[in-house]
Amino acid sequence: MTTEAGSETEVKEKAEESAAQPDRSEKAKEETQEVPNAEGEEKEKEKEKEGKEGKGIARYLPTWLKKQKSQSQTSPTKEGPPTEEAVSKVTQEEDGPAPEVNGHAEEEEEEEEEKEEKEAVKSEQVKEKEAESHSTASADTEPAKEEKVEESAEKAADETTVTTEGEGAEEQKKEQEGEEEGGGGGGGGEEEEEEEGHTSIFQSPLRLVRKTKMKLMACHVALLDGTDFTCEVEKRAKGQYLFFKVCEHLNLMEKDYFGLSYTDSHEQKCWLDPTKEIKRQIRSNNWQFVFNVKFYPPDPSLLTEDITRYLLCLQLREDVASGRLPCSFVTHALLGSYTLQAEVGDYEPDQPRPLDNVSQLTFAPNQSKEMEEKILELHKSHRGMTPAQADTQFLENAKKLSMYGVDLHHAKDSEGVDIMLGVCANGLLVYKDRLRINRFAWPKILKISYKRNNFYIKIRPGETEQFESTVGFKLQNHRSAKRLWKVCVENHSFFRLNAPEPPTKARFLTLGSKFRYSGRTQAQTRVASSLIDRPAPNFERTSSKRISRSLDGAPVINITEASSENGREPHLELQSDSKSPMRVHGDNIYVRHSNLMLEDHDKTQEDVLKHQASISQLKRSFMEAPPPSPPQPNQWEKRLTSSPATTIRIQQQQHVTTEVEIEETVVVQEVSIAPKPGLVTVTASSPADPPAEQETREQEVTVEEEEVVVAEEAKVSKQESVSSESESEEEAEYHPNVSVSICHTQIPEEKEEEEEQEEEAEDKTAAEQGMLPPDAPSLPAEVSQAVEATSQEAEEDLEAEKSKNAEEEKEAERGMEERTGDPMMTPEEAPNGHALPEESAKGMVASAEEEEEPTMNGEASLAEAEPRPQVICCSEPPVVKTEMVTISDTFAAQKTEIATKEVPIVHTETKTITYEAAQLDGNSDGEPGVLMTAQTITSESLCTTTTTHITKMLKGGLSETRIEKRIVITGDCDIDHDQALAQAIKEAKEQHPDMSVTRVVVHKETELAEEED
Amino acid sequence: MAGLMVGFGHYTHAIVRGIPASLAKEALRSSQSEVDVVNARREHEAYVEVLGTRLGLEVVELPADESLPDCVFVEDAAVVCGDTALITRPGAESRRRETEAMKGALKDLNLNIVEMTDENATLDGGDVLFTGREFFVGLSKRTNQRGAEILADAFKDYAVSTVPVLEGLHLKSFCSMGGPGLIVIGSSEPAQKALKIMQQMSDHRYDKLTVPDDLAANCIYMNLPNKGHVLLHPTAEEFPESVKVFEKLKDHMLIPVSNMEKVKVDGALTCCSVLINKKGNI
Repeated sequence: MTTEAGSETEVKEKAEESAAQPDRSEKAKEETQEVPNAEGEEKEKEKEKEGKEGKGIARYLPTWLKKQKSQSQTSPTKEGPPTEEAVSKVTQEEDGPAPEVNGHAEEEEEEEEEKEEKEAVKSEQVKEKEAESHSTASADTEPAKEEKVEESAEKAADETTVTTEGEGAEEQKKEQEGEEEGGGGGGGGEEEEEEEGHTSIFQSPLRLVRKTKMKLMACHVALLDGTDFTCEVEKRAKGQYLFFKVCEHLNLMEKDYFGLSYTDSHEQKCWLDPTKEIKRQIRSNNWQFVFNVKFYPPDPSLLTEDITRYLLCLQLREDVASGRLPCSFVTHALLGSYTLQAEVGDYEPDQPRPLDNVSQLTFAPNQSKEMEEKILELHKSHRGMTPAQADTQFLENAKKLSMYGVDLHHAKDSEGVDIMLGVCANGLLVYKDRLRINRFAWPKILKISYKRNNFYIKIRPGETEQFESTVGFKLQNHRSAKRLWKVCVENHSFFRLNAPEPPTKARFLTLGSKFRYSGRTQAQTRVASSLIDRPAPNFERTSSKRISRSLDGAPVINITEASSENGREPHLELQSDSKSPMRVHGDNIYVRHSNLMLEDHDKTQEDVLKHQASISQLKRSFMEAPPPSPPQPNQWEKRLTSSPATTIRIQQQQHVTTEVEIEETVVVQEVSIAPKPGLVTVTASSPADPPAEQETREQEVTVEEEEVVVAEEAKVSKQESVSSESESEEEAEYHPNVSVSICHTQIPEEKEEEEEQEEEAEDKTAAEQGMLPPDAPSLPAEVSQAVEATSQEAEEDLEAEKSKNAEEEKEAERGMEERTGDPMMTPEEAPNGHALPEESAKGMVASAEEEEEPTMNGEASLAEAEPRPQVICCSEPPVVKTEMVTISDTFAAQKTEIATKEVPIVHTETKTITYEAAQLDGNSDGEPGVLMTAQTITSESLCTTTTTHITKMLKGGLSETRIEKRIVITGDCDIDHDQALAQAIKEAKEQHPDMSVTRVVVHKETELAEEED
Repeated sequence: MAGLMVGFGHYTHAIVRGIPASLAKEALRSSQSEVDVVNARREHEAYVEVLGTRLGLEVVELPADESLPDCVFVEDAAVVCGDTALITRPGAESRRRETEAMKGALKDLNLNIVEMTDENATLDGGDVLFTGREFFVGLSKRTNQRGAEILADAFKDYAVSTVPVLEGLHLKSFCSMGGPGLIVIGSSEPAQKALKIMQQMSDHRYDKLTVPDDLAANCIYMNLPNKGHVLLHPTAEEFPESVKVFEKLKDHMLIPVSNMEKVKVDGALTCCSVLINKKGNI
């Protein structure tokens, strides 16, 4: 009961807060807006995760943690807690989460970041306290609100139709949101607001403070023309924000070829991940960046705008002058002459000492007088050439250089011989000294992975070869291996996606891939640039300021040093797909289809049997019932879809999905019996839906195959990324191999550390989440609050510190939700969803708690998945049997108890059979991740609804792409879920041979009412 | 105008060298066979005449050196690309001094001379296949990694990939360029294997022209003004089946050149000249 109330209260509170404190909401909005889709998604995910997982995991958490959280959580909700308490609670919360966060952090860097964040948080706490006045005020107000909320909640419960279990939770969240929107009306119509609102309760003070006091950081960006661009960005701004600012400053539209780089603490040049907060990537307070070409277009003549070519020229001049792009004497002279023509114009014979001008510029590492003379001589021959033409000629020659666009990385071969690995548009090149000793074109590479300091590529077998082979290289350290992997993933996705995709692939949902690469592919950017409709921008060709500087040894030097040996070593953190090594290691997953059993923990076997029987009956009855409303895209999904990269990603992901192999380690059967409150999955998602659902009595066998696309952990597998890439391309084959095999196998070894961390993180997160559940039963209200708090905390902390983990978790949760829940379910709302169930439970209980434990059950059902759902977090395959009775109110507006009573009580028996790969779970949960991209693709046929969620998470530089495919088979009474499941898996597997099925959830919803009656 | 990789096959000059009498008995060879110096010289004269008279190249003919029995095979002494000339360090010790005269001749042509001074490096020009876009260097009995590295350093614009030569003397003992993007390759297993490696190593696509005889795969391709594609290939007398293949090249001016005697000492068509493009260079 309380929980429900709490959840709603939270929402309302949020709404109220937002209303009361417009500033906050505005700020929040701003933040959300700033943050690409991912953030919102992340938040949602986090919330969900917290809500779901939290409860489940709570059990495992140390009591003190629970207490802290509970307290903190409760505090806000509780009535009239003194401001001080609230503050203290807040601080506690902050403190609490932080440590956990640390545990999660896989990478040192991340950890550091987290710490930093924590520190920041602490410091902010003080501020917060100050600001707390707001919070306290809110707290004070909250109680009253809470009450209201509860009422509303009850009503909501009635309206809500209900959700069953975990799914229900998600749905519930959605519903809640919907309610909020609808009821709160005034509150904030926008989802974002709501989301923030949820989070805001606890976070709000912090955020407000932060926002108000948000530090502005001065960013210095060295531009290609040698000038510096200085601007201020919020400390929490993401890389993208700065990058766009720079591009805006440059008036650059074809920006996808470029990126911002910084020098990390190890003196390595890294690419600034646009999707991550800057401060998390840069350790120091010295916010210095360099604007560089990230992807060298193989054919610069295809660029649309001269300004783009100009910038590319500037980059190449620098590359050539620094020696990073080696070329012969003649070529140096030729390129230099074009540079002169472009920047100086026609050769002027009258000029007294032309050579002086030439010698002021740096064209080559070892620039001789002879070369300068040659340059001058050639310059004369360019008379009449416009700057744009000269640039074009420059590029036409530069692009032919063998090292054009090749990003070199130091490595050793299997025998310890020093080599260089070059990543370029076409693939991976292996150099020994200057000699190319091997080359692996992208199409030849099935999988890219890294493990510790080892970098592996799996090679497609040749015509005469039967077996694929794996080539391994040793890099200096783990960071280097990861960096290389990222670069490979990014380059593969950027360039390789060019290839037209075979029609076969097209049919599947292919998302951009696990690949962390978040931007557009070259193909996309070409399309985009073809649409550029503006007069050619005027730009001033600064006469090689930078080059001239280089003579002095200034800025250029940095570049040279950094890049010369290692070449450019951009870390495309963005792209790392591998979320969790665990997932990646799909190989180890065992399939236990046969084991699928319905076990009711709560109920006796008899009950189970009854349920089953009833189910069959229900099925029949359902047959008649209209099919469940088609899944509607979540807000999250929408956002995802809207993102430019979506298409590509989709493709990639699809491939990944393809890989799905049916390997399930754990079979969890969850039959949750929620007495009265029937869970209508749909409800949450769409207000209209719930009624329909209720009415319809759906028999849905939801087979959700989560393909843990094997998040290729950066460590283990770059392959995944590759695979994703390949997916997008013609070689779907790549992916499959990559993801599945690599993940499983590699994961164990490589990621021991990471795994541990992840596990820890998972535990923590779980603990956080879990904490709530235990408390919940006893203190419903508190619980709900706690959930909120956790969610909020999670959001903040997670964002800052645990963002990665949270994201992963979220993903996991999403997956869970999706699996269990409806396609509709919003991950974000999941937390709320819990509350709803509770609410529903309350109402249900009061009115019709026909089945066993009303509130408890309700909660249980809600939490259901979580505690029992061990599936998610736990390695153990928990069998949860949840029977949800969903009471759907036809009119959401009428949420009064009465309504509940009136509302037809539909008993829904939900059997959820979940197959999970244990490994996967751990990874997902443990690692903090940043949601890079997410997409949802839905296809429908007569009785089958397939929803594919593709989520890219960035975890500590590793990108994990997760494709979750949910196939909902809506059936007649007679549907054999096992058979349907098998069929669905079979089909999925046919489509994506390499896909691994991480989890299979068989969801049966039956109307129990009849039976019971 | 200049520019990278333009005008593959454009040549203006050729450097050749006379055949010393010592060739008959002292020249290195992989098979036991008697060489008729007279016939060899006659053959060579015909070869030079094709280059100079028929094709209009400016031929620089270096005098034979009796102390250098293999000196006629000038290709091994230098690799010229653009206006840069790499003076090699031949793998056979007895041939090291062949580079001296070559170096002088190349200097006279105002080429940028790069010398291979590393005593650990060996490189025979016969192991160097320049496709117009990149280099392939055969790692053979005569050429080692270090030699290839130095070559890569000399021609920085181009990718230099190494190819193991398991059989045959040189890389070009079973392959050569037959046109822009066209590799003439022998049909033996080692030859085909080498081709596969080259294809794998390259960012570019190459067509292949497979001929039944490995030795027949050594041809000289030129792209000359007023003549277009020119291919000097072995005669039908030596390799009748392979010549049938060449005759399928409709766009090429096919010039059969006899090489029956020099082949006995592992000399192929490309071995006997160093081709240079002076005009086209910047």
